[in-house]
Amino acid sequence: MMKAFEIVEEPIEIQKYADYVLHAGAGAVTIFTGNVREWTHGVRTLYLAYEAYIPMAEKKLAEIGAEMEEKWPDIKVSIVHRIGELKISDIAVLIAVSSPHRKAAYEANEYAIERIKEVVPIWKKEIWEDGEEWIGAQKKYPTKGKKSND
Amino acid sequence: MIKVFYFARLRELTGKAEEIIEEKAMTVEQLLDWAEEKYPGFGKDMIHVAVNEEYALQEDIIQSGDTCAFIPPVSGG
Repeated sequence: MMKAFEIVEEPIEIQKYADYVLHAGAGAVTIFTGNVREWTHGVRTLYLAYEAYIPMAEKKLAEIGAEMEEKWPDIKVSIVHRIGELKISDIAVLIAVSSPHRKAAYEANEYAIERIKEVVPIWKKEIWEDGEEWIGAQKKYPTKGKKSND
Repeated sequence: MIKVFYFARLRELTGKAEEIIEEKAMTVEQLLDWAEEKYPGFGKDMIHVAVNEEYALQEDIIQSGDTCAFIPPVSGG
């Protein structure tokens, strides 16, 4: 059983969320998936570890969904984020949006990922061959480039 | 008592996921100061506090029975 806005530990099944937002009035469905990338600025990632403050994260995802439905009234939204250890190419986040016409589905979908990166309490740790680091506005920390486990 | 959660970098820094503070009431600012003093390198200037799963302001009051979470910069997606 899925929730429209949820944090999961198992692999994300795309079709489940696509089916959830689809209805007879929907002429467009956009599905965004954010996947684990191997190379970032020349550094090779072995895998990622995500954690979340689960109840608050699900609440914030639902709030983002409500913001979207206010801006684009006829859309239907579902957002899921996975936590735990994810390997290269795994889906970390999926946003499904349906709307009567395509423009709203594209725009609302992009809005969602920007908001997720701003407000949802989820954290990503990159694990490399020679170290690891929690990601998140690290440029603002005084010890630039310093690893979290030093 | 006030319950606090630590996540990500802060969980590793403190070596714990949660703890109980024996205070009846304190502001968010006082909570951050307490954490910075107890755990050098906490980095309070970059950390938000959620009180009962909602982002709180520095001057907001935390009451006994509230559940708080230190929210370091998020990096979902």
